[in-house]
Amino acid sequence: MKRENRTIHVSLVVVGGGPAGLAAAIRCREQGIEDLLILERGPRLGGILRQCVHSGFGVHKFNEELTGPEYADRYIDRVRELGIPYRCDTMVTDISADHVVTCVSEEHGLTRIKAGAVILAMGCRERSRGAVRIPGTRPAGVYTAGTAQLFVNLKGYMPGKRVVVLGSGDIGLIMARRMRLEGAEVKAVLELMPYSGGLKRNIVQCLEDFDIPLLLSHTVTEIHGENRLTGVTIARVDENLRPIEETKEFIDCDTLLLSVGLIPENELARAAGVELDPVTGGAVVDEHRETSVGGIFSCGNVLHVHDLVDYVSEEAEIAGESAALYLKGELPRRQTVAARAGNGVRYVVPQRISGGGEELRLFFRPDQVCRGAMISVSSGGELLRVRNRRIVTPGEMESIVLKEEELRRVHGDITIEVGLKS
Amino acid sequence: MKETRQITCIRCPMGCLLTVELTDGAVTKVEGNLCRRGEEYAKMECVHPTRMLTTTVRVSNGAPLPVRSREPLPKDAVFHCMEVLKGVVVTAPVAAGSVIVADICGTGVDMIASTSA
Repeated sequence: MKRENRTIHVSLVVVGGGPAGLAAAIRCREQGIEDLLILERGPRLGGILRQCVHSGFGVHKFNEELTGPEYADRYIDRVRELGIPYRCDTMVTDISADHVVTCVSEEHGLTRIKAGAVILAMGCRERSRGAVRIPGTRPAGVYTAGTAQLFVNLKGYMPGKRVVVLGSGDIGLIMARRMRLEGAEVKAVLELMPYSGGLKRNIVQCLEDFDIPLLLSHTVTEIHGENRLTGVTIARVDENLRPIEETKEFIDCDTLLLSVGLIPENELARAAGVELDPVTGGAVVDEHRETSVGGIFSCGNVLHVHDLVDYVSEEAEIAGESAALYLKGELPRRQTVAARAGNGVRYVVPQRISGGGEELRLFFRPDQVCRGAMISVSSGGELLRVRNRRIVTPGEMESIVLKEEELRRVHGDITIEVGLKS
Repeated sequence: MKETRQITCIRCPMGCLLTVELTDGAVTKVEGNLCRRGEEYAKMECVHPTRMLTTTVRVSNGAPLPVRSREPLPKDAVFHCMEVLKGVVVTAPVAAGSVIVADICGTGVDMIASTSA
């Protein structure tokens, strides 16, 4: 085993070799930064896309319907073409505010890397049973949907035969179909909210196609079984999301898959002193995707949870380009104003903008389903832009572009609101 | 013969509930759509519904290999195709895009490798 107990120096470290890290590294290299290094915890590049064998990736970016591995391979091939160095099986354990990245791997041992800039692209982890506090016993057979996806698609193991899915986000829907295709019986998909958090396409093609019932306003109230899961008690919930006693019902199953949300993995960002947004769970960034710590950038699901990888790649390209400018000393430094979520909006990214530049796309997530919606952007009390949308839903991220002349009218904090079209 | 079917349009997040009238298997009326895309979707979905099929096949000397249909195949052939794919075992190396099962179940569609193994 080679021990590398020393400090090495590079211009840029990219933490994470998933879609965000790959796109950021590629863009930064294309902007002329030569010595960069991607650090990946897993055995191969590609991140979560490797286990997403279904199609639907790249419609926006490549105008093609690719599978996860195909989408990842496009970027991995480019990384190899450009000769961008990367290390897999490498765990970053610390990042300091002055860009010292500490990592460990079997091959290199403990390594300290002093970087000119750092891009955070660690992605998310899944919320687990503990996070949603489901009462009952602790039998085998309760998995997060992503873990089940890893078992089925990367390892070739089926986690069970009779399945209930809690949570109708896209991963839950995709896994309901995957389990059904592999011969399992999928009894139901339960959703706590009165609407699904998944894409319409997935509800139709993953559930309706296979006659899998979607029970809205339902949750699991108890887990049964000693060694192996034997079933779950489910119930309808009232408007305060509390289970209604009289609606309780037992469903016999040996597997419960949880698709109950994602948490950006920001322990390293916190260690570096990066300011986090309590709503997104990700860093607070400006339009360059620079965090509150100079020279540390963030992109992809570690910044905020995306529905489509296409937007992850685009965001990562912004971060990669910004990091290159930062390293050349060309990143513009201007006063910033806050971009805030107003009525009907859960969060806005970027959270801070300087208002310079030609145009700027603000991403935001509506906080409820709204048909006949009016999106308005205002600054310092003045209305900058209004856009009507037939429908907005929390399951699909929205964005709005501010043009140069609108940016010139920015005087004070920006607020995005979603209301009913009058 | 006349028949009415209800389907959800998936062309956009609106998800219009379409009422489709079919006469002798041909779409004669579409209601409930807010735009033209709904009508196109109803015609496709009711007359010749197709789906992309993605799954994995076993690899004798490695982890499962993700595979996909080169293009969408008839929806009602999906489970039949899955049965065939369950019996397929390949040996690495396999190049991305190589044909794993040609013309699967007589659909005229090839199953290809999604990545290399």
